[in-house]
Amino acid sequence: MATLSKQDIGKILARQGILIAFAFFIIGFTLANGRFLSPDNVMGVIRSSAILGVMALGVTFVVISGNLDLSVGSMMSFSTIVVLDLHDKIGPALAIPAMFAMTLCLGAFIGFLVGYLKLNSLIVTLGMLSAIHGLTLTYSGGKNMDIADKDGTWFDVFGQGTALGIPVPILMFLALAALLGIILAKTPFGRKVYAVGGNGTAATFSGIKRARTVFLCYLMSAGCVATAGLIQASRSLGSQNTVGQGLELEVLAAVILGGASLLGGSGTIFKTVIGVLILGFIQNGLLLVGLQFYVQFVVTWIIIILAVWLDIAAKRGKLWSNIA
Amino acid sequence: MTDQTPALRLEGIVKTFPGVRALDGVSFAVMPGEVHALMGENGAGKSTLMKVLGGIHQPNEGQIIVGEEPTVMTSPLQAKSKGIVFIHQELSLAEELSVAENIYLGELPLKSFGRVDWAKLYAQTDAILEKLKVGFNAKTRVGDLSIANQQMVEIARALTVDAKAVIFDEPTASLTDAEKVVLFDVIADLKSQGVGIIYISHRMEEIFKITDRISVLRDGQYQGTVVTAETNEEGVTQMMIGRKLDLSRAAVTHELGDIALEVRDLSCGKLFENVSFQVRRGEVLGFYGLVGAGRTEIAETLFGLRNPSGGTIHLDGNEIKINSPADAIAMGISLVPEDRKGQGLVLGMNCRDNMTLPQVSDLTAGPFVAEGAEIAIFDQYRDKLDIRTPGWKQTVGNLSGGNQQKIVIGKWLSMHPNVLIVDEPTRGIDVGSKSEIHNLIRELAAQGYAVIVISSEMPEVLHVSDRIVAMYSGKVMRTFTSEEVTEDNLIQAISGITPTNKVA
Repeated sequence: MATLSKQDIGKILARQGILIAFAFFIIGFTLANGRFLSPDNVMGVIRSSAILGVMALGVTFVVISGNLDLSVGSMMSFSTIVVLDLHDKIGPALAIPAMFAMTLCLGAFIGFLVGYLKLNSLIVTLGMLSAIHGLTLTYSGGKNMDIADKDGTWFDVFGQGTALGIPVPILMFLALAALLGIILAKTPFGRKVYAVGGNGTAATFSGIKRARTVFLCYLMSAGCVATAGLIQASRSLGSQNTVGQGLELEVLAAVILGGASLLGGSGTIFKTVIGVLILGFIQNGLLLVGLQFYVQFVVTWIIIILAVWLDIAAKRGKLWSNIA
Repeated sequence: MTDQTPALRLEGIVKTFPGVRALDGVSFAVMPGEVHALMGENGAGKSTLMKVLGGIHQPNEGQIIVGEEPTVMTSPLQAKSKGIVFIHQELSLAEELSVAENIYLGELPLKSFGRVDWAKLYAQTDAILEKLKVGFNAKTRVGDLSIANQQMVEIARALTVDAKAVIFDEPTASLTDAEKVVLFDVIADLKSQGVGIIYISHRMEEIFKITDRISVLRDGQYQGTVVTAETNEEGVTQMMIGRKLDLSRAAVTHELGDIALEVRDLSCGKLFENVSFQVRRGEVLGFYGLVGAGRTEIAETLFGLRNPSGGTIHLDGNEIKINSPADAIAMGISLVPEDRKGQGLVLGMNCRDNMTLPQVSDLTAGPFVAEGAEIAIFDQYRDKLDIRTPGWKQTVGNLSGGNQQKIVIGKWLSMHPNVLIVDEPTRGIDVGSKSEIHNLIRELAAQGYAVIVISSEMPEVLHVSDRIVAMYSGKVMRTFTSEEVTEDNLIQAISGITPTNKVA
């Protein structure tokens, strides 16, 4: 019982490798900079991870259903720009639902293409990444968007407010995580998402409407993106057209890091939240130990590769394989 | 023969995995010039044994002796260099390359500066192909060859080394009868050259046609070796499952109920035309025919996966339209599909979730799935169908084929369907579980279900069906009652020999 064979250690490494690596990172960063685990810094990390995190929640549904969503970065730029523009035109109370409606339309369009027309999600969403970027630029005329009267609006509550001493973005992230976590784990819809991603054909043979399930996943993803755009806009009250650029890969990294398989059928909201936090803490730690900001792009890539490798290793039960 | 040194000898091979003794002291020897069958149910340890031979797994105990030399296998390539060659069920050829390139892949003859010596390559290849008497040459693109000929390429590959033993793993799985003859010729040829052959197959017919001796594994244990000429199918089956397999004709032991499903002149393009039949409650209607006769397509149409181009479907006397599997399920028509892993199950999901998948939207408490109700359903059908699994949390992919099939059957039974369609009920299932599934089908009929069984195995159709629909090329040739049917008239009917007008 107490003795672990070499094989067991390999298995544990493969299964829990990410958490073990994360623990080493935490210890290393804490030794290098005592501020790393201070409450202020921890709160700061979670807060700055909230936008990424909210997007990752939606993408988790898409990934579990066996698809990809690479459009979330530019879709988030779109939401941000639209809500800022409409804020001054129709007021925040109308601007927010209008922005959600427009973003959901984009999600529905992608869901239609991938779900009902059965087009490859990589191609569709990669195309939408650039198409939505073009749409945003057309909408804004290429200019940055700013709210005219930054002091006279309540719109900043989503990005800058606090409730019970906790920043609102964190509360929104956690509330949404709880809600979506329950939907995924406890409702018939969640079960269908796993079935469709695990084996779409078998799901169809069990009477599950595969197209509709995929469609709804993209709709949820778009809803999350709109929420992220709202937080982003509210935090800065002004924005460039490219605010979400590159986020799609970070989001995907967080989801994979949490252990969702890119092949679909596995993953949980809780694991995604862990993935988001790991990514946030590592990026923050790199800054605290004095590395340049752009080093994190490289490190993020290394982490993704590590996560994917360990995912595959866990499936075959060992780190190395002599079979091609 | 016994005075000779075996081509390949296994001595006391033991291989354990955590919690399982996959191989428990397996010993047997293959003589030069012998065709040696290796048989056993799925999960008996055949694949593990082959992986040990190919160096993919290392045995915990025992040794492999090639000729007179104890050998440690480290990889399939190394095994090949020792003269042990595998011909796999699934071919591993590069379709875009020529036959010659495939045969010498990784060891192409070279000229200076690493250029390929094409002349030498083609000459060597053609020499080998000549030995095999095949109808293609070294330059043929592999993708243009039939499956059987691709298998010949694999065999040719084996002949590039001085093979001492060749292992065929279910080689006839995708071959036509004519192609099998060619394969058996090649095996006979190899045999006459003094090569030892291990032949793995489930097909008794072949085993008794071409092998000299038979070794049997059961639950990882070596059951013994018998001379083929001195045993029969029954004897081997008994060794494999430890008891006798009952394939006698089913007797109708209960009253039939009303007509549950009636199909009139149903057509679907050219897949099947003007098909009519009816199934009563309490009856098993068998569908028999060759692959491509349209049987599966009929099932798929009844299940809403295909749209019929003509004809009508009646359930309990009312005409119905089925546009999707969801429609079919709602009307109580269930399909246990032929491809269990591809169509029947989400392998990564647990047993319970698979079983309740079609009704998960109805098993709710408020907005949530009622997991207690799900577990109750799972427990009920686990007991009823005798599904052997540690518990509902077990991932379905880890179960044996027979238990997986029972999960699929349980999935539909728990919804109390009007009509249960079972396509290839025992494909890829070991002999022991086969008879359990057969009994189950008979029992379901006795309980009043209308059951349609589609099968490519004649003994199976004969065993479970009350009536049999014989199909040929998309048409119903004849419907037999169990009194009328014989193996001969059934074979005639499915071979397209015009139906006789004999009235039974």
